[in-house]
Amino acid sequence: MSVVGNPKIRIRHTKQGKVRFTSHRDVARMWERALRRVRLPVAYSEGFSPRPKLSFGLALSTGYESLAEYLDVELSERIDLTDLPPRLTEALPSGLEVAAVADIERSTDSLQQAITSCTWEIEVSDTDLPTVTEAVARALAAEHIVVTRERKGKPVTDDLRPLVRHLDVTGSNESGCRLTAVLGTQPRALRPAELLAALEPPLELRRVLRTHQWIDADTGRREPLAAASGSAAHSEACVP
Amino acid sequence: MSSLWSQLEPLLPQVQKPARYIGCEDGAQTPRHRAGAVAWLLSYPDTYEIGLPNQGLQILYEILNEREDAVAERAYAPWADLEALLRREGLPFFSVDTHRPAAEFDLLAFNLSAELTYTNLLNCIDLAGVAVRAADRTDADPLIVVGGHCTYNPEPIADFVDLVVLGDGEEVVGEITEVVADWKATGKTPGSRTGVLRALAQVVGVYAPGLYEARFDGASLVAIEPRYPDVPQVVEKRTIADLAEWPYPKNQLVPLTEVVHDRLNVEVFRGCTRGCRFCQAGMITRPVRERPADQVRTMIENGLQRTGYDEVALTSLSTADFSGINDVVQGVMDDPINCGQVSVALPSLRVDAFTVGLAGQVQRARRTGLTFAPEAGTWRMRQVINKLIREEDLYSAVDSAYSQGWRRMKLYFLTGLPTETDEDTLGIGELARNCVEIGKRHNKSASVTVSVGGFVPKPFTPFQWFGQNTVAELNRKIGLLRDDVKRSRGVQLKWHDPKATLIEGIVSRGDRRLGPVIEQVWRRGGVFQEWSEYFDLDLWTGAMDDHGLSADWYVHRHREETEVLPWDHLSAGLHKDFLWQDWRDALAEVGLPDCRWTPCYDCGACTGYGIEHIVASATPPAGGSQGTGQDLDRGAEVPVALRAAPVA
Ligand code: SF4
Repeated sequence: MSVVGNPKIRIRHTKQGKVRFTSHRDVARMWERALRRVRLPVAYSEGFSPRPKLSFGLALSTGYESLAEYLDVELSERIDLTDLPPRLTEALPSGLEVAAVADIERSTDSLQQAITSCTWEIEVSDTDLPTVTEAVARALAAEHIVVTRERKGKPVTDDLRPLVRHLDVTGSNESGCRLTAVLGTQPRALRPAELLAALEPPLELRRVLRTHQWIDADTGRREPLAAASGSAAHSEACVP
Repeated sequence: MSSLWSQLEPLLPQVQKPARYIGCEDGAQTPRHRAGAVAWLLSYPDTYEIGLPNQGLQILYEILNEREDAVAERAYAPWADLEALLRREGLPFFSVDTHRPAAEFDLLAFNLSAELTYTNLLNCIDLAGVAVRAADRTDADPLIVVGGHCTYNPEPIADFVDLVVLGDGEEVVGEITEVVADWKATGKTPGSRTGVLRALAQVVGVYAPGLYEARFDGASLVAIEPRYPDVPQVVEKRTIADLAEWPYPKNQLVPLTEVVHDRLNVEVFRGCTRGCRFCQAGMITRPVRERPADQVRTMIENGLQRTGYDEVALTSLSTADFSGINDVVQGVMDDPINCGQVSVALPSLRVDAFTVGLAGQVQRARRTGLTFAPEAGTWRMRQVINKLIREEDLYSAVDSAYSQGWRRMKLYFLTGLPTETDEDTLGIGELARNCVEIGKRHNKSASVTVSVGGFVPKPFTPFQWFGQNTVAELNRKIGLLRDDVKRSRGVQLKWHDPKATLIEGIVSRGDRRLGPVIEQVWRRGGVFQEWSEYFDLDLWTGAMDDHGLSADWYVHRHREETEVLPWDHLSAGLHKDFLWQDWRDALAEVGLPDCRWTPCYDCGACTGYGIEHIVASATPPAGGSQGTGQDLDRGAEVPVALRAAPVA
């Protein structure tokens, strides 16, 4: 039953390890099964083929890891959220761990609308630190980073530069270098692979971890739901 | 021993659907490899999506891992993209549980459910780093074992496998494990391989093709005989007497990525004695062994709770025949714990109103499509194949389905059946049109999809002597039907590629001389032949020509009663004279009622093994000619002589 006043909860979870090779759709199915296993009173859509009312945030590319994935679940009745994170984690495949659950207002913007940027930790297999540092500096100094991609069979050009909020080389070792990036998601989400391919020279991506998703607010930016807290999201203004 | 994970991990971002290779399913076992434990790698020679749901492999996976003396993992054929990377990096075929190299296992077992996967079987063996020909293997190599329905004629792959297991695997895997454990304990000393194969040949249900010699006289097979006196002349299949003793899988695997049949599957009975003459599955799995309804209920309840699935399929060869079907279905639908969100899938439905009533209950939540398999377009043809559905049954089923809200219907048919005339073929179009007409009374947009497959005669069926239709003939019949339904609104026609049907036919009833053909097709890159984008007819016909073999001789020729068949040294329990009589009855259009509810015909499947049907209800299910209403008196009204196959 879907009723005007149905309560909603927001869940934050990780996606790490082997399970990172599953797709966004796969994760959605894992959630549907997990919610049934813990017998959460999920609201269903009406019609010929009723679906559970789940709404997921920005898709994470297959192969990327994350400390900050979110989904909103509409329930048919209000429930006690104590103990829910460990119970959900238990019902999910290993590698998906629930960090926090909280009630949210029905009027809360959907995750897709609300998120404005993500912080990424990126490992590249290029080992030469000066080359990597230079490629990053060049990108930051550029006014535009124009790429051409195909959309519905037609070439479209796009400027990636406005979506690069922050980019930084944070270390290196014998297997490659590590970068940190804050990439915008509006009007479209810039993926780390896309950015690395647009650098000069292009860098080869080895491993990616999404550490945060952010909502811009007047007071700074905040996470949709902070990890390890059962309460509502808190504001946070520091840089990564 | 070694896990290849750290070497595989960097390759996975470069391939399609990398989740195929990670394992991690809910229900996956934690394999404990240890001294003395015989290690089995249970493999499916096609993609993960098709192989993972295979219930046979999942059952054996649990049974073996429960044993003290065994450990089992799983593997699936890597898709071409990963295979190329593996070969480039020098990495082998691997298990998905702990990513071990296949060659580190004692037994490499494959489920063979389709003949067109044989080249993939060779590819997996080769990728494992094991010689594809059994004769070239060393004592240290794993034993290559195959099971599954295709193994009732394993001769075409006799050169490549060490062991073939016939029938139900539940008991026999334990017996094989014990023999292999002894061999392992002695250190698999040089020259001991033949010895262990001979010991394994003593296990009932196990055929070791290398211990048998096939003798030919010109083109004709004379005999397949053991090379050693202690090796049995005839290998009998295994049958578990009571399904209730085997409530497996207990922890069905829940894959992390999409697969076919992605739902809870509970087997409600094994075997079928409807006696459809084209159906190999029905013939080789006799008799009927039902699972007690209570056990079915428990397996559903536990399974849904454990997996979180919202769909359960009750599997068997004809699920509406299950004695407890109504109660079980009602139970699932009414269980408050399922909140009305769980649906029940009933694959392989019978064609009658009872069945539609059942379908109406189970698809309360999601009324998608309904599938029926009348198999043939006329009553005459259906008597020949012993699929005794009267038109009235089909129409009342269809009427009741449309009136209950279904709008789409799928009808399955075979073409190229013995004695088939153009009138029979066109009968398919006629039936479909009538179904649409009936549907229109309830719904203006009613439609019927007709799916037509070319008939392939299979070993251990009454049609094993029949000469399959040529590709040209099948194409002609499909063309006939296509023209016929072209202007019929609401009828859509789909068909299976007759070229693939031809190859399936060659391999289904082939003999050992096909080994080099299969090997050549594989060596020239012919893998994933089940996939239309990979299927390559020219590779096959070229290989047949190169080895001087005629497709016509293998496929299109009618066989004689006296002919030695390549599977005569194997037994599915069925007496050959029973099958021959049934073949004569088919040609005389005489139907044969189900022996579950009528006296035994002594086909051999029970009588030969001292077992019997286990059926909870002594009376046939209500409704429809496939139940009590069988009208068998009209047989032989139009005697049709078997027409010779056109010479290609
Ligand atoms: S032996 Fe008799 S009862 Fe058993 S399957 Fe054959 S015909 Fe039926």
